[in-house]
Amino acid sequence: MNRRIRQARIAQTVAVAVTGTAAALVVAAALFLLVYITVRGLPAISWEFLTDVPRQQMKAGGIFPVIMGTLALTLATAALSLPVGVAAGIYLSEYAPRSRFTRVIRLSISNMAGVPSIVYGLFGLALFVILMGIGKSILAGALTLACLTLPVIITATEEALRQIPTDLRQASLALGATRWRTIYKVVLPAAAPGIVTGSILGLSRAAGETAPILFTAAVYYKRQLPDSVFADVMALPYHIFILATQVTGRPDDIIWGTAFVLVGGVTAISVAAAAWRSAQRRKVRW
Amino acid sequence: MVTGPANNGAKGSFDLKEVSVTYGSETAVAGVSMHIPPCAVTALIGPSGCGKSTLLRCLNRMNDELGNATVGGTILLDGVDIYGKELDPVELRTKVGQVFQKPNPFPMSIYDNVAYGPRTQGIRRRAELDEVVERSLKRSALWGEVKKDLKKHAFELSGGQQQRLCIARALATQPEVVLMDEPASSLDPISTQQIEDTIAELKEHVTIVIVTHNMQQAARISDQTAFMLRESMEAPAELIEVGETRVMFTNPRDKRTEAYITGRFG
Repeated sequence: MNRRIRQARIAQTVAVAVTGTAAALVVAAALFLLVYITVRGLPAISWEFLTDVPRQQMKAGGIFPVIMGTLALTLATAALSLPVGVAAGIYLSEYAPRSRFTRVIRLSISNMAGVPSIVYGLFGLALFVILMGIGKSILAGALTLACLTLPVIITATEEALRQIPTDLRQASLALGATRWRTIYKVVLPAAAPGIVTGSILGLSRAAGETAPILFTAAVYYKRQLPDSVFADVMALPYHIFILATQVTGRPDDIIWGTAFVLVGGVTAISVAAAAWRSAQRRKVRW
Repeated sequence: MVTGPANNGAKGSFDLKEVSVTYGSETAVAGVSMHIPPCAVTALIGPSGCGKSTLLRCLNRMNDELGNATVGGTILLDGVDIYGKELDPVELRTKVGQVFQKPNPFPMSIYDNVAYGPRTQGIRRRAELDEVVERSLKRSALWGEVKKDLKKHAFELSGGQQQRLCIARALATQPEVVLMDEPASSLDPISTQQIEDTIAELKEHVTIVIVTHNMQQAARISDQTAFMLRESMEAPAELIEVGETRVMFTNPRDKRTEAYITGRFG
C-alpha cells in the first residue's frame, strides 16, 4: 500500500474515533445524569412524598405544595407566553415585510434569548413585583419566566411556519381565502406539531429555572396551596436549592427525590410531545 | 375570432390591453394584448422563462402576493377591470380559480379539500356542501374512485388523483375561469391523458387558460394558442402571435412561431 493512501486511511480512522467519542460523551453524560438522579431519587418517592406537605423543618414529609407551585407557575407562564409568542411568530413569518422594523424585532428576540436568567430575576423584581406592585406571586414569577420563554416560542413558531410549502398558501389564496384565513385554516394546523414541541421545550426550561423566580415568586416554606395568581408559592428548583444549602441534617434522598420529580415531569412531557409530533408527522408529509 | 361551443352570452372572457409586469426595475412581460374567449381553452406556449406563468398569475392577481410585482395596462374580465377598485382580489379569485404545476392538496380529507372554497364563501349547510363536493369531484372525473371514502386523507391519493382533486377544489367555488399552470408536467402519461379529458369536458362551462411546455398538448386540447417569447435575456417577454390553434400549428404567421413549433429551438 502506498504511503499517501495509508496516511489517508489513518486520518479517516482517527476522524471516526474522535467524532464518535464526542457523540458518545454526550449520550454518556445524559444517561449518567438520568440514571444517577433515578438511583438516588427513586427510593424517596412514595405516595406520601408526592401528596404530603414538608414536615420537621423540611427534613421529612412530602413535597406536594412544591409540585403544585411549579405546576401553577408553568401553566401561568404557558398562558402568558404562548399567545404572544405564537402571534409574534406568525407576524414575523407570514406578514412582516423585510424592513428596519423587522430587523429591530429580530435583534430584540436574540437579545432576550441572550440575557442571563438571574438578570431576568432582578428585572422581574424591579418591574413586576415593585414598580407594577404585583408583589411576590405566581403572576410576577410567570411574567418573568414568560420573558425567558418568549424567544424560544417565537423562534419555534417562525421555524415551523417556514417549513410549510408556499404552494399550500397559494392554493388557499387562489380559492379566494384571505391571508388570515389561509394562516389559521391551512398553515397553522400544518405547523402545529412543530410549534407545540418547540414551545414545550421552552416551557420545560422555564419549569426548571431558579433564578427568575428567586425574587419574584418562590418562598422558602408555605404549606397552603396557592388560592390565586397573587399568592406566592414553593417551587421545585428553588426547593432543591434550599434543601441543599439551608437545611442541615436532612436526609439526602429528599433532595434527590425532589430533583427526580422535576426531571421526571419535564422528561415525561417532552416525550409525550415528541410522540404526538411523530404521530402527526405520519399524517402530514410533503 | 375563436369561440367556444357555448359562447352565447357565456361569462368568463378576458380582454388584455398592453399588459406588462415589472419586478422591481426589471420588466418581465411587456405589451401583451389579446382576447381570451369564454368557454374555450386558451394555451400559452413558449420556451422556459418567457413569462407564460407570470402572465397567467396576472389573471387572478396572484402576482400581488409575490411582493414587488407591478402590473401595467388593463385586464378586463367580462368588461370589468380586475385591477380596479370595484373588484377585490379575494372576490376575483372565486371567479378565476387556479390549478398549480405540482398537485398541492391541503393536508386534510378529500371532502374538506373540495369544501374549502365553498366554506370560505360562508356555505355551512351540510347538504349543500355534500352536493358541491359530489358535483365538483364528478366534473374532475375523480368521483368514481373516491366516493366510498371521502374522509380519506388527500395525501393517500396518487399524484394524478391529487391533481384531479385540486381541479375539483378549484371548481367547487364555481369559477367562470380556471387557470392551469402546467397541470400535467409532474404526472405520468395516463394521468396526463385523464387531465386532458377532464379539460375537454370542463370547457363546456368554464374558460380555461393553460400554460404548457408541451406543444402536442397545446395542439390536442386548445382552441386558441398564444405564443410568447423573450428575444434576449435583457428584453422583456412579448406576445409573438395569438390565434386559432389549428391555424397556428399548420400555418403560423410569424417565422419565430414556426421555428418554435417545428422544434428548431426552445
